[in-house]
Order: sequence, then structure tokens, then C-alpha cells
Amino acid sequence: MERKPGGLMNASKLFEQLRRLYPPDRLLTRPAQLAPYESDGLTAFRARPAGIVLPETQDEVIQTVKLCYQHEIPFMARGSGTSLSGGSVPIQDGLLIGLNRMNRILQYEPKQRIAVVEPGVINLAVSQRATFDNLYYAPDPSSGPVCTLGGNVAFNSGGAHCLKYGMTSNHVLGLKVVLPNGEVCQLGGDSLEMVGPDMTGMFVGSEGLFGVALEITLRLLPKPEVYYTVQAAYDSLAKAGDAVTLVVASGLLPGAMEIMDRLSLDAADAAVGAGYPSDAKAILIVELEGIAEEVEAEKPRLHELIEKSGAYLVEVAKDDEQRLKIWTGRKSAFSAVGRLSPDFIVQDGVVPRTKLGESLVEIDRLSREYDIRVANVFHAGDGNLHPLIMYDGRQSGALERAECLAGEILRHCIRLGGSITGEHGVGLEKRGYMREMFGESDLEFMFELRHAVDPLQLANRGKMLPMAESPVLTTRGAHPLEKQGIISRE
Amino acid sequence: MQHTIPVDEIGPWGQPMAEAVQKCVHCGFCLPVCPTYRVWREEMDSPRGRIVLMKEVLEGRLEFDEALPYVDRCLGCVGCETACPSGVGYGELLTSFRGLAEASRNRSLLDRVLRWFVLTTLPYPARFRWGARMGRWAKPLRGLVPGRLGNMLDLLPSTLPHAERLPEVYPAEGPRRARVALLAGCAQQVLAPDINWATLRVLAKNGVEVIVPQEQACCGALAAHTGAAAQARRFARHNLQVFPDDVDAILTNAAGCGSGMHEYALWLRGEPEEAVAEAFVQRVRDVTEFLADVGICTIARLEKPTRVAMHDACHLVHAQGIRQQPRELLATVENLELVEIPESDICCGSAGTYNIEQPQTAAELGQKKAAAIGSTDTQVVAAGNIGCMTQINTHLIHLNRHIPVMHTMQILDRAYRGIPIDQIYE
Repeated sequence: MERKPGGLMNASKLFEQLRRLYPPDRLLTRPAQLAPYESDGLTAFRARPAGIVLPETQDEVIQTVKLCYQHEIPFMARGSGTSLSGGSVPIQDGLLIGLNRMNRILQYEPKQRIAVVEPGVINLAVSQRATFDNLYYAPDPSSGPVCTLGGNVAFNSGGAHCLKYGMTSNHVLGLKVVLPNGEVCQLGGDSLEMVGPDMTGMFVGSEGLFGVALEITLRLLPKPEVYYTVQAAYDSLAKAGDAVTLVVASGLLPGAMEIMDRLSLDAADAAVGAGYPSDAKAILIVELEGIAEEVEAEKPRLHELIEKSGAYLVEVAKDDEQRLKIWTGRKSAFSAVGRLSPDFIVQDGVVPRTKLGESLVEIDRLSREYDIRVANVFHAGDGNLHPLIMYDGRQSGALERAECLAGEILRHCIRLGGSITGEHGVGLEKRGYMREMFGESDLEFMFELRHAVDPLQLANRGKMLPMAESPVLTTRGAHPLEKQGIISRE
Repeated sequence: MQHTIPVDEIGPWGQPMAEAVQKCVHCGFCLPVCPTYRVWREEMDSPRGRIVLMKEVLEGRLEFDEALPYVDRCLGCVGCETACPSGVGYGELLTSFRGLAEASRNRSLLDRVLRWFVLTTLPYPARFRWGARMGRWAKPLRGLVPGRLGNMLDLLPSTLPHAERLPEVYPAEGPRRARVALLAGCAQQVLAPDINWATLRVLAKNGVEVIVPQEQACCGALAAHTGAAAQARRFARHNLQVFPDDVDAILTNAAGCGSGMHEYALWLRGEPEEAVAEAFVQRVRDVTEFLADVGICTIARLEKPTRVAMHDACHLVHAQGIRQQPRELLATVENLELVEIPESDICCGSAGTYNIEQPQTAAELGQKKAAAIGSTDTQVVAAGNIGCMTQINTHLIHLNRHIPVMHTMQILDRAYRGIPIDQIYE
């Protein structure tokens, strides 16, 4: 069986049919309409799609995917385009499906504690809707007021409070999806107890390679009764890292544990005037949350540990306003680094929590060796580092050197038994490290899955899986599936 | 963001424009606060999308004509600047871009005539008053007047209040605590002259002597924001000359004028007056900002307990970072209860000439704002910008909610004088 990837002829036929499906203002093909979609939260990558559709109904999405399949044109669906790994960068000359107008909360059942939403619903909108019933949707990526749940599902997004409550995949109960061939199927359901394998779990975090989510059933949690937010200042970054190890070892499970170093504190302070201590080398934010009695009982233990870790200044948020200020600063830190440097790469490596201090020392060493500034702001509680590697893209070779440094940090994470991504996904940016992260047979299994679901490699082609989606071919000759004619190289 | 903008070729604005583009990290934090993105949910109508479009044009990869429809749909509310963690100077980029684009625009004849009409009447109180009177006569013929000309007619009030000439000096009551100069505002003088009188009285009551330079011109904001850069520079130069140096501050009581005057250094970038403009800009303050700073020395009291909702004008809250000060002032008034309007950060759709240029969007935003105000139990709306006041008033009436819209200074003035809050003093 010989498959040819969609060419220009196919594209013109596709658009002819899309024109019948969409009014002109929802089928975008002019340069001024395409340019703003060329990149996402990682501007080092850019690609111009052949066109963009803005569906408003599930049926339009399904018809669009069917047409892409029919004409063999690759497509990528995206929400607000806030990916930090290039996961929502369009496919060059492919079709972009902008789901931003599919932003309805279809069902909200406070008694059952679930919400069924369309993929274009903003993360924070769910908690806003549920707030009167004292419920909320727990995963809280820093881009919560911006990012969409479709994207959260695709990238299994995390957030500061995922330490206690888990990532997106722990909060998605069911999905209605359109597969890359246009067929619609239901994965999971509306309760945690399910029959059969966890197909929802397979889809969540698949970075769009298995199709497009049409409906997402979310689990809602009761809002914590109280928060107790402590901000501890340290005279060294390593000490803050070691404090996390202490807290984790003690058995306490805070809602969130975050570290920001001096550079990121400066940036966040400039952005929102968070009022962080001006002489600290690092601060640790620890938030206890839950029922009042529980938090009350944990407080002294936490303070004891923080004191032991050598914090020189400990502040407790007096009210909601102060708590919000601390968090607004933390959550704006990535973008705020734009004040310090024209360009930067946000890394997302994970190390075992017992090796935080050691890892921070290593990052500092690498930063000196490369003579590149690195700001650190991260979800310390789960060992998820976010080094922000700053460079000036106008200097020749600067991006390459920054990427090289990023690579060394990722390899360090792998060496310590960690991972190349905690929550941002592989996207375009970390494909090159997949072979270092995974064994050959692990990857082969991923390819097999991908090809079983999407033999034409249409859905978000080029993301997550290493280049050309056929790494084994380059190292070992033809893949067994290729020999059987099931898959093909582009 | 990476760019290859030929900074030097563009001229004096090249640098600030390139800087804004460079600072943008495309994170998308501006999307949820952008009024037009909230309507269309497409990148071209978002701040970061417009930044990309302007960058593409400046880099020579896109024609002005292609990008302008989307750039023109921007209200210039700069809500995105408040939301932006990386500190992009979007407003400066937009003003500069509109100035640059003017030469490349292909405007229709009707468009050019309308624009000429707006730019030669609105900034001149005498001409505007005359125009408004003429327009009033034309109102019965509204059905025959098409498009934007019709929109302009809709915005005109049916009666114009009598406007007494403002005095050159309005002395402080009691010991003088400060001395300031006041920009009277063009449209404001015609549509609601009472705002300036209320401002004078309130300042006097608090020991502030006010000078009203009689030779002052329009602040130039309207011209600058519609791309008429040369006219804006003329106004700026004129005001730099006629406003005195020996005052504690130069006050504005219309948010749009205040933010416009804050841009004088940008408009005059690369001109001989740039340094003077920079010093001038440092002294420009909104009346609420200034008064909150020097402090209220006479406590005012309303006759009856009254709920007042604070409307945040974009050009106060986003362009000048003034949010708390008007609230602080109103909070000092006895018998006055402050009410918050939901989503008060979102533009009401007035935005200078936007309700003439993009009437549909302006109306949609105006309706939303009126509905948000209507959802509260407020009895009065306080605002700090004549444009917002006209827009909100229009849409509250459409909604059949007759809630008076007053300037913060008018409310303080009524409280000092012990007269009903919505009584206009002639």
C-alpha cells in the first residue's frame, strides 16, 4: 500500500470543500490572518499553516477532520496557543483548527461534582463557574486565565497545586473525541470507576496525536476550607531546595511548594510589585490547605522544618489579598522574564525531590560555564524544574548555545532518574531528547500506537515523537511495520 | 520576540516600536483582557496578534493595508498593558504605528471627508459647539444619514448646556496648599462644562489654586490616536508653551486627555522639544491622583445615603495606573457607599472616536458595560472620562436604566455643596 502525503492539489481541494462548510470570516487564508497564528508561547518555533478554520460546533470539527483525512492534509487543533514546548505551533502548510469559539460549559453538575466542557473553555472559567457551590477544578497551570482545557488535556498540564492533587489526567474522567480518521468515540465516562483499560489516560498527554477532544468531562473538588501560605527567604538557592527535601521527608503534603530564585524574583516583582524580600537569594512558597483542623495541626510542624532549613525570614500571608499577591507574582514569572531578556527558553525537566539542591548547584555551574543567565522558578514539591535560559536571539549562535545548555540540563535530569518534561510536554522542542529518555522498544511501542490510531500521521504531525516519526528507520533500517506496508516515511 | 525591524529606517519611532515587539514573549496573558479578542476569539484581534501584525509590516513582510483592518479594530484601551507580565509598551507601539500607517492608507473620499471633519471640529470647542448645534438640527433627518456620519449624530446630545468661560485663576479657599494648571478638555467643555467647574470648586475647597491657561489647545490625543501625527505634535508644542512651569502639577480631569499628554515625549521624539516634553510629562497628573496625594482636608457629606459605582476608565486604570485614588476620594464622603462593577477592567467601547469608527463593536461593548452596571444596585455611576460618561449614559438609557453618570469631581462637589447628587449646577 503506497500512501502519498497530501500535496498542494489536495490542499486546494480541501479548501474548496471547507469553503462550503465555513462562512468566509471563519475560514482564514490571508497572510494577515495566518501570521498571528504562526507561533505559541515558545516563539523560537514558527510555521505558517495553509489555512485556519474557526469551528463553532462539534459537527464542524468532525467534518473538518474527515475532510483532512480524505485529502490527507495534516491538521492541528489548538486553543489559546500558550504551549511552552511548541506543542501548538501550526503544521507548515497544514490546517489549523482554532477551537477558541467552542467555549461552552455544556453540563455542570455540582451534586455529582462534574462539568462537561468544550475544548475551548478557559481553565479558570470552570472554577469560576463552580465557585458558588464551593467547588473548583484543581489543576492550575500558571496560564490558567488564558489556556484552554483542550490544550490542558493534550499536554496533561500541571500547575503549582498539582503536588497534592495530581495533573490534568487525574481530573479528566471522560472524553468524546474525533479520531484522526473522522470517527467519533467516547473514552471513559463520568466517574472514577470505569470499565476496561484507561483509554482516557492514554489520550490525555498525547499532544494531539490521537485526535481532537470535543467534550471533556472534568472532576470537580470541594474548595479547601482554609489556606495557609508561608513565604520563606533564603540566602542560598540550594538551602531552599534542601528545605523541600525536608518537608517531603517529614510526610507533610502541602498543596503547593514553589521556589523562585533571585532573577525570577526581580522579574516578577517588576511585573506585579509582589514585594518579595529584596535581599533573598531564593524564596520558598509553601501552602498548606484543607480542612481547618488539619491545617492547624500541620502549621507548627511546617514552621519547625522551615526554621531547621535555615530560612532567615518567614512571612505568612495574612489574608486572601496577600496570598493572591504571592501567587500572582509566582504565576507571572515566566512572562515577566521578558523584562530581563529579549528571548528565553523555559525548561521543564524533573529530578527526584531528594536531589533538588544538587541539581540547582549543577544548573548554576552550567550557567557559569556557558556564561548564560538562568533564572529558576519551579514546582519544587514535585521536583519539576523550570530553568529560564536567557539569550539574545539577535546574536548569532546565541539560540544554539542556549539550546545546548538546555540540553545539558535535561541530560542531568535524565541521569538523576528524572524526566525531560514535567508538565509542558515534548512538543517540538524536546523531540530530540526522546531517544535519550526512552529505550528503543519504548519508543517503538509509541510509534505502533500512533500508527494504529493515525496511520497517515495527520493529527498534529511532527510533535512529540522524534523527527519524521520514524527514528528506528534511521538507525536500523526499515521498521517491521513499514515492511508490512502499515506505515510509511514522509 | 525576535524581529528584524529596520529601526533606523523607520525614524524616531523605530526604537520604541522595536522595543515593544522585542519585549513581547507571546505568552497570551493579554488575550482574556482584550475586549476585541473576547468578541471574536481570533488571534488577529488580540494584542499579541496585533503585535505580530505590526512587526510583520515593519519588517516589510506584510502590506499596511493587510494589517490595518485588525489594527484599526483595536480600541487602544491598553488593558493588555496592565495584564502584560513582561511590560510591553503596547500603547506606544500602537500610536506610533497608526502615525506611520497614515501615509500608506488608501482612504475613500467619504472617509477622508469624515476624518477631516472630526479632526477640524472636535479638538476646537467653539467649532465643536457650532457643529453640535448644526447636528442637532439634522437629528430629525437621521434616517437619511448613512453610516458613520449617522453614528456621529446619534452621539450628540439633544441640548447643549450653557458654558461659561473658565476663569484664568480660581483661588484656593483658606490657606493655599498647592497651585496647579488645568487642561479644560475640548469635548468636555462643550458637552459637560460643569465637570470643569466642579473640579475648580473641589480643588479650591481643598486649598488648591487653579490656573486655567486661556490659550491652551486640545491635548492632541484624538489626533494622535487616529494617526494624525503632525496635528498631534502641533497641539503638544502649543501646550508646552502655554502651560506654566511654576505650578505643582498640570492636571487633567478627562482620562483620555491625561494619557494623551503623557505621550507628548513620544509624539515629539527626535524633535527639538523632546527634552522639554519629557519634563512636562512628569508633571501631568489626573485630578483624582493629585487630590488623593495632597489629601482631602474638608470632609464632604451627602444628604442621603447613596450607592456609587466606580467605573474604571481604561485611560485612567490601564494607561495611567490610577485605580485606587478616585475610590479613596469617594470613600471619604460620608453617606456614600462604593459599589464595584463586575469586570470593571473591560472597556466600555467609547475609546475616543471608536464609536464613530467601529460603531458595532462599540455598541456591543457599551451594552455589556451597561448590563454590568445594571447588575449592581448602584444609584449613581462615577467616572473620570467624558467619553466613557457619554457612552455609558447612552447605553444605560437603551437598557431603560436611568442611573445618572457623574464625574468623580461632580460627586464630591455636590457633597460639598449639600445639593442632590444628580443636580447639574448652571
